[in-house]
Amino acid sequence: MTTVFKKTPVLTDTVMHYCPGCGHGIVHRLVAEVIEELGIQDRTIGFVPVGCAVFGYKYFAVDCVEAAHGRAPAAATGCKRVNPNNVVFTYQGDGDLASIGAAEIVHAAHRGEKITTIFINNAIYGMTGGQMAPTTLVGQKTTTSPYGRDPEHCGKPLRVAEMIATIEGAAYVERVSVDSVPNIIKAKAAIKKAFQCQLDGKGFALVEVLSSCPTNWGKSPAEAMDWIKSDMIPYYPLGVKKDRTNE
Amino acid sequence: MVSKVTIDENRCKGCGLCVRACPKKIMQLSKTKLNEKGYHPAEVIDQGACIACASCARTCPDAVITVEKE
Amino acid sequence: MAKILMKGSEAIPEAAIQAGCRFFFGYPITPQNDIPEYMSARLPKIGGCFLQAESEVAAINMVYGAAAAGARVMTSSSSPGVSLKQEGISYIAGAELPCVICNMMRGGPGLGSIQPSQGDYFQATKGGGHGDYHLIVLAPSSVQEAVDLMHNAFDLADIYRTPVMLLADGIIGQMMEPVEFHEHEQRKLPDKPWAVTGWKGDRPRSVVNSLYIEVDELQEMNDRLQARYKEIQEKEVMVELYKTEGAEVIICAYGTVARICKAAIALCEEKGVKVGLVRPITLWPFPEKELKEVMAQESVKRELTVEISAGQMHEDVRLALNGMKPADFYGKPGSYTPTAEEIAEYILKTREA
Repeated sequence: MTTVFKKTPVLTDTVMHYCPGCGHGIVHRLVAEVIEELGIQDRTIGFVPVGCAVFGYKYFAVDCVEAAHGRAPAAATGCKRVNPNNVVFTYQGDGDLASIGAAEIVHAAHRGEKITTIFINNAIYGMTGGQMAPTTLVGQKTTTSPYGRDPEHCGKPLRVAEMIATIEGAAYVERVSVDSVPNIIKAKAAIKKAFQCQLDGKGFALVEVLSSCPTNWGKSPAEAMDWIKSDMIPYYPLGVKKDRTNE
Repeated sequence: MVSKVTIDENRCKGCGLCVRACPKKIMQLSKTKLNEKGYHPAEVIDQGACIACASCARTCPDAVITVEKE
Repeated sequence: MAKILMKGSEAIPEAAIQAGCRFFFGYPITPQNDIPEYMSARLPKIGGCFLQAESEVAAINMVYGAAAAGARVMTSSSSPGVSLKQEGISYIAGAELPCVICNMMRGGPGLGSIQPSQGDYFQATKGGGHGDYHLIVLAPSSVQEAVDLMHNAFDLADIYRTPVMLLADGIIGQMMEPVEFHEHEQRKLPDKPWAVTGWKGDRPRSVVNSLYIEVDELQEMNDRLQARYKEIQEKEVMVELYKTEGAEVIICAYGTVARICKAAIALCEEKGVKVGLVRPITLWPFPEKELKEVMAQESVKRELTVEISAGQMHEDVRLALNGMKPADFYGKPGSYTPTAEEIAEYILKTREA
């Protein structure tokens, strides 16, 4: 028998705390598989956020730092500047990156910081119990937008990938999704490219991953994946937003 | 094709994303078993029909599925 | 080495470099801009890195990341900027990382002024951010002492895995004085096996973290911190006792104000009144024992704290004395720096009263 698929050793054996069907687990695995395939486990440093992925350091079998809410890009900057040979990535959710940490991510991109950011957009605050995020869709009900997000009141959802792509220092920006197996395969390819971008010293790379939060969306895991396709992708179009990796 | 799908049942959270992803529709959440965490774990109901595409494993958020083939 | 004339805000970063600091992350704010400016010129030439962050919040988190990687790293700012850093300082304390933070205090609250102040004593010595933690707080009263204390600062940070703050007023930063950079005795420093440098399997995986979700685990971390603070209190107090023997009045003052107090002491001496000075060099740990010993002398009638604040350190003085003798306060909040004459006048006037 040959192995077609098995869990990568860059994921620890600790059972992840995520709810059943949560997209975080998929993206964790993709990041870990990429680290394994690039042969960089022994020099990768992961910076995990505040939010559902706060325990990321238990799951990625690499040296890890737990950063303050939204500050992972700044903390990762400090680390990368000390040891430029380390491969440094941040893993952040939409509250962490798009709201409280908006300044830190913009300026990490602006400096062309040679780090890789994996940005999970699930249109909600998961860890704190389903509050509205900057990425919450218009009309989407959350615990702090109980009548649905009203753009007159709090604006329209923020498109992070497109915003970061406008910044000169960003070398590679792509939006992907984990709603289906083909999209998961594409997501992994994007994550790999984002790490390769850092290895090649090209500059800042960000992959925005549309992901599911069945618990706080009030949907089954399967329905949640369907909702990414039906509701999120139309507003958050997938694809490469910027690619200067060949320059 | 001879293939083998192994599910680490006690780590499975019964989310059913593998069932949704399987192109051969040969997976289900167990109707009888409960694992340590109290979930109905995923199981393969027709191993012979498996094409070892690993779609189930690629969509599994908990990395509990191993796929092998001859 | 010969003495050279140097401004405090240039001598401090030079001393930091000589103490092995190679990484600096900061954000402009008056009156400390010479520190990042000096670092931006020097660090790239010696294999280090200066980075101007987008905010003080980002700067302190860059410090967090660099410290996690095992570097000798510092940041500097002035009062409003240090307020912004408090979140990060709490994380650094919680994650048990070494770093040095310099605060050139200016008047507050709010935007306040850009003149010298000592209004950040509470913030510096009581933690400043959330949670039960302390910084080691060093308070120089001359440019030379600031230079000397930088070596201590980095060593103490490494030895106790704690943030250390150099708390100076704007005068120290802006004043030019002759300074000498001499060799310092190197204390034995611990290795940093906890640093994130890439996990090669030859040590446990490094995780720099201040999250302990289980009550017992958080307790363990806090117990560890408190035990460390107790050790610091026992071993690391620094204080200058000036003319305290046989004094009638004991002034407690730190930083530039302590120097003004020395001039006031001379003025009182001319009038035949013996006044001494207890000058904490470590504001935390506060020299409680030393102050009490001086105050216990029969000759000492009372204590007088002098500060450019509403009496922040005076609270620690009163806690230390616990009513053993009268403790008075002279000073104003904001940026008003008292003169030697008015301090002497106050001492003489209150003596007659």
